[in-house]
Amino acid sequence: MSENNEKRTHLKFFGIGRIIRFLKPFRTTMLVMALLGIVTSGIDVLVTQFQRYAIDHFVGGGTTDTLWIFIIVYIFAICLQALATYISCKKAMTVEVSVNRDLRQSAFTHLQTLSFSYFNQNSVGYIHARVLSDTSRIGSLASWSFMDGVWHTSYLILAAAVMLVINFRLALLVLAIVPLVAVLFSFFQGKLIRANREIREINSNITANFNEGIAGAKTVKTLAIEEKMQSRFTAETEHMRRKSVHTSRLRGLFAATMNLASSAALAIVLWKHDLIAADEVGTFSMFMSYAQGMMEPIRWLIDAISDLITTQVNIERFTNLLAVKSDVVDMPEVVEKYGDSFYPKKENWEKLDGDIEFDDVTFQYPDGDEKVLEHFSMKIPQGANIAIVGETGAGKSTLVNLVCRFYEPTEGRVLIDGRDARERSQLWLHSHIGYVLQNPHLFSGTVRDNLLYGNPDATPEEIDRAVQLVSADEVIARLEKGLDTDVGEGGDLLSTGEKQLISFARAILADPRILILDEATASVDTITEQKIQSAIDTVIEGRTSIVIAHRLSTVRGADCILAVRDGKIVEKGTHRELIAKKGYYYDMYTRQYEDEEAAKILDAN
Amino acid sequence: MKNKAERKDRLKLIFFFLKGAKAFFAVSILSAAVSALADMISPQIIRMTIDNVIAQKPASYAPVVMRLVNALGGFAHFRTHIWIVAAAIMCVALVKVISQYTFRVYNTKGSETLVKTMRDSLFGRIERLPFSWHMKNKTGDIIQRCTSDIETMRSFISEQMTGIFRILIMLVMSLIFMCSMNIWLTLVAVIPMPLIIWYSLRFHRTVHDEFQVCDENEGKLSAMVQENLTGVRVVRAFGREKTELDRFEKQNRYYTSLWVKVAGSLAGFWSTSDVLVGLQILGIVVAGALMCIHSNMQPGEYVSFISYNGMLIWPIRQLGRMISELSKASVSVERVHYIMKSEEEKDAPDAVDAPMTGDIRFDNVTFAYENCPEILKNVSFTAESGKTLGILGGTGSGKSTLMFLLDKLYDLPEGNGTISVGGTDIRRIRTQCVRSHIGMVLQEPFLFSRTISENIGITNDGLTLSDIREAARDACLDEAVTAFSQGYDTKVGERGVTLSGGQKQRAAIARMLTQKTPIMILDDSLSAVDTQTDAKIRKALEKHFGGSTVIIISHRITTLSRCDRIVVLDKGTVAETGTHDELKDAGGIYSLIYQSQSGLGEEAEA
Repeated sequence: MSENNEKRTHLKFFGIGRIIRFLKPFRTTMLVMALLGIVTSGIDVLVTQFQRYAIDHFVGGGTTDTLWIFIIVYIFAICLQALATYISCKKAMTVEVSVNRDLRQSAFTHLQTLSFSYFNQNSVGYIHARVLSDTSRIGSLASWSFMDGVWHTSYLILAAAVMLVINFRLALLVLAIVPLVAVLFSFFQGKLIRANREIREINSNITANFNEGIAGAKTVKTLAIEEKMQSRFTAETEHMRRKSVHTSRLRGLFAATMNLASSAALAIVLWKHDLIAADEVGTFSMFMSYAQGMMEPIRWLIDAISDLITTQVNIERFTNLLAVKSDVVDMPEVVEKYGDSFYPKKENWEKLDGDIEFDDVTFQYPDGDEKVLEHFSMKIPQGANIAIVGETGAGKSTLVNLVCRFYEPTEGRVLIDGRDARERSQLWLHSHIGYVLQNPHLFSGTVRDNLLYGNPDATPEEIDRAVQLVSADEVIARLEKGLDTDVGEGGDLLSTGEKQLISFARAILADPRILILDEATASVDTITEQKIQSAIDTVIEGRTSIVIAHRLSTVRGADCILAVRDGKIVEKGTHRELIAKKGYYYDMYTRQYEDEEAAKILDAN
Repeated sequence: MKNKAERKDRLKLIFFFLKGAKAFFAVSILSAAVSALADMISPQIIRMTIDNVIAQKPASYAPVVMRLVNALGGFAHFRTHIWIVAAAIMCVALVKVISQYTFRVYNTKGSETLVKTMRDSLFGRIERLPFSWHMKNKTGDIIQRCTSDIETMRSFISEQMTGIFRILIMLVMSLIFMCSMNIWLTLVAVIPMPLIIWYSLRFHRTVHDEFQVCDENEGKLSAMVQENLTGVRVVRAFGREKTELDRFEKQNRYYTSLWVKVAGSLAGFWSTSDVLVGLQILGIVVAGALMCIHSNMQPGEYVSFISYNGMLIWPIRQLGRMISELSKASVSVERVHYIMKSEEEKDAPDAVDAPMTGDIRFDNVTFAYENCPEILKNVSFTAESGKTLGILGGTGSGKSTLMFLLDKLYDLPEGNGTISVGGTDIRRIRTQCVRSHIGMVLQEPFLFSRTISENIGITNDGLTLSDIREAARDACLDEAVTAFSQGYDTKVGERGVTLSGGQKQRAAIARMLTQKTPIMILDDSLSAVDTQTDAKIRKALEKHFGGSTVIIISHRITTLSRCDRIVVLDKGTVAETGTHDELKDAGGIYSLIYQSQSGLGEEAEA
């Protein structure tokens, strides 16, 4: 929803200063565009002069001499204009897409360095819009609004100059209405900007309503509230209709004012035709053309200015994104030694064994209002297997977030192999971590691309071995093109179980020392489930592992189980200890046990 | 293309959507005609001013025109009172702006009424389409049809169609006026036009493909960002920021290069058509000048002719683009038609409203989903009025299907047994009546993105906050809600506030409680709630059950044991029925589960 809260923003020089560095590489091109734009307008002004000449010289003089020269010069002028248009439009579009490209690139690059708190506080849709929509508005500002400005300003100036030269008094009379018109237009434009903003908001409400009506159709039926949903929806669409019609009245008045203004200019010329000699019909007609033609450029200029005003919001949102500082930053001396996330200095990297220690850690999420860990200490020796259990949404990921350095502790330290995690680079740590998500996330591309994500340098043999180790080989054999099968966007062409197995193979290829498993809750068939379970057993062998478990029967063998409730660790111990305690874990366990046993008996039949 | 019947269907659909909008569009086209006519008159005034008022040439116009001129005092009078001409220009301008304003407003009224009709009928249709339809169709795809396809259809009718109408009116009128002045010069103007239209049409057809390639690649780029954001944990945990960056940069550059190519084509088109138009104007300027010199064309006529030509030539360029876009709309119409032609849920003609308070009887019910093997085979049992019935069954045993059938979410075909409430076959009861008398909590409940209190009280607008809180309290939700900073006004699903699975289930239970229905169904709805809360809720619920008939689907013996009667389903058939005491030692599935769950203590220690 936050996209809709387009508050009015006022930036210095419309915020151009903030994005000037993205325009700098194109300054020469823009200069050429501007010059050619002036040529185009100049010829537009000139064409009216040609008509004047034709009327006064040929028609008025009743002669055809110089006709051929006239034709040739005319053709030359329109060809020159076409050439100028061609080059400037092509350049303008190129600048537009290139600026967009650079803006997107820098936004995307910056996102790769941001820490998790940013991604937790901002929805995917919101960030996505910053990278793709805001940038494109800015690009078109730098090209088309700029060109509109050049074209129409130069046309107005040149036309005014020609009129003033030819007939000073009449020109003054015609030009007198220009400022008046400009003021009127800006008044309308301001109202239109506001109206359009409201319409966009209503429109996104309607889309949200559609979304809900479709995704929640089943519930709507069981509650028998179709009528209610429909009447709410109809109220919203009616609101939209009224607002749009209202806006069209505004637009209509705007256009009417413009037309009346150009007719008024024409009327002035007719009324004061005495100022032109009676036999100069051409000059007369020229004045009429300019008078009528002045209004359109004014409207376009106002348009360009209003673009400048509305785009401020986009500029602000974009530059704010670039200004977001990561909560987790490697210290300069660490970067010096180990490199950054894009250019690692692998030669200086130590190997990682997998000892993890929480040393008096206190932690509070940057956007949270409560400490979720207080003076927490725990040692996870190399090769140990830790399980974290709790209800959905209870905050089981906190420890994992700290181990992976997705967040830094508020107080205290997390030690990796006995040294503060902050002493080594994030990439060093991450390249030793394997991560398997409950909703396995694959990237578009082939199965092989996805496997190589774990280790870009893996050999085909290594891939085969990893695939076999987690019994993903059968899955791959079933696929049409084997490893080269396209998995679709987010891996959607594969089933959840298949994705799961491939993501295990990917984790194995990374050969991590620390393995994080966000266990699957998704309903997969029993055979796949068994495969996944045995894949898990294979994968955690010899590695330090942290399992976020949903199905408790799978973690009974863990070296230590942490039970999390409402964000806090409430119990800690082995399965046996926790069962004996008859507390929260025991409660959860019995409940699940009952369900599983019942399911087992029922399904076995 | 498609066969005739389909095309007719689509046309019918468009007319259906146009109801209520037709009059608006008629007025708008009429206004466009008036405005075009006004456009035609100003050049005539200028022509007369130049030829007859200023140059004082003898005038020979249509009698109507002459009468009007003479009524205003004649051309000679205008010479000394030129303000009359200026006033005439302003009068015509006034007519023009009023008609233009009317056009714009009525066109918007028409198109907004059209959009509203389209959206409302789609939404209504979607809400009333059977459950099975929703299971078959993807949410994302339906949304697409309801938003961007609707938008395409709107712009087709209110922009392209009216746009083409306007251009045609303009074209015809200008040609009439031009012909009436000078037929030869008109020919000079008209001859290049087909070329200009053809060029524009051909260009837009080819560039359309290029645009499509750009769109596809934009989609890829966008998907890449989407994936990077949704998969941010994977990217970071594997330390693949550089890979991501390289991938993105490659696609970003490629996509940009595609546009640069299109830029070349577009700029080429603009400049070439500028040249074509420029040459056409030059032709008129030169030919007109020659006619002024060699035949009897007047300078005023010449000037006004150039104006008419100008009015005509620019819209002609647009025509090619508009025609080329027409084909896009037919795809969208087809996609919208798909939804509109789907069959809504329908009641039998003799359906009545029944009290829904009697015994619920399943009698010999057999059912299969479309293209699937039978999921229920000859199922018979009775849920006595006011009593609690427990159902136990494994995955795929058909227990949820039973409830879907009872709620008429799927229709039980004739001849496949009957389900009756109080002796009335539910096929003979109105669907709305059935559903509004059955409160049902699904295993994975859906909450609307509104406030918690709106969600709980969604079926009944008359509820006070204290009614809602009471329901929430009974569902053991009140405590959790009051802990939110905005309490019951907290919006579900907004950033930062995610309800846990158990909380959602409890909210759905509270929602059911406010319905106060004679039948309540809990389909495994306490699965995500811990044991203590589970027990508390059940106790609170029992208070509410009062005279209601309750059906509970569960795996837990502790839950089932309190039911008045228990049905055990196995692979679509009833395996056992009885009370807890009857079943627990009967040696069947129930007793097996009973034993396994009561023997838990030792198992867990092992």
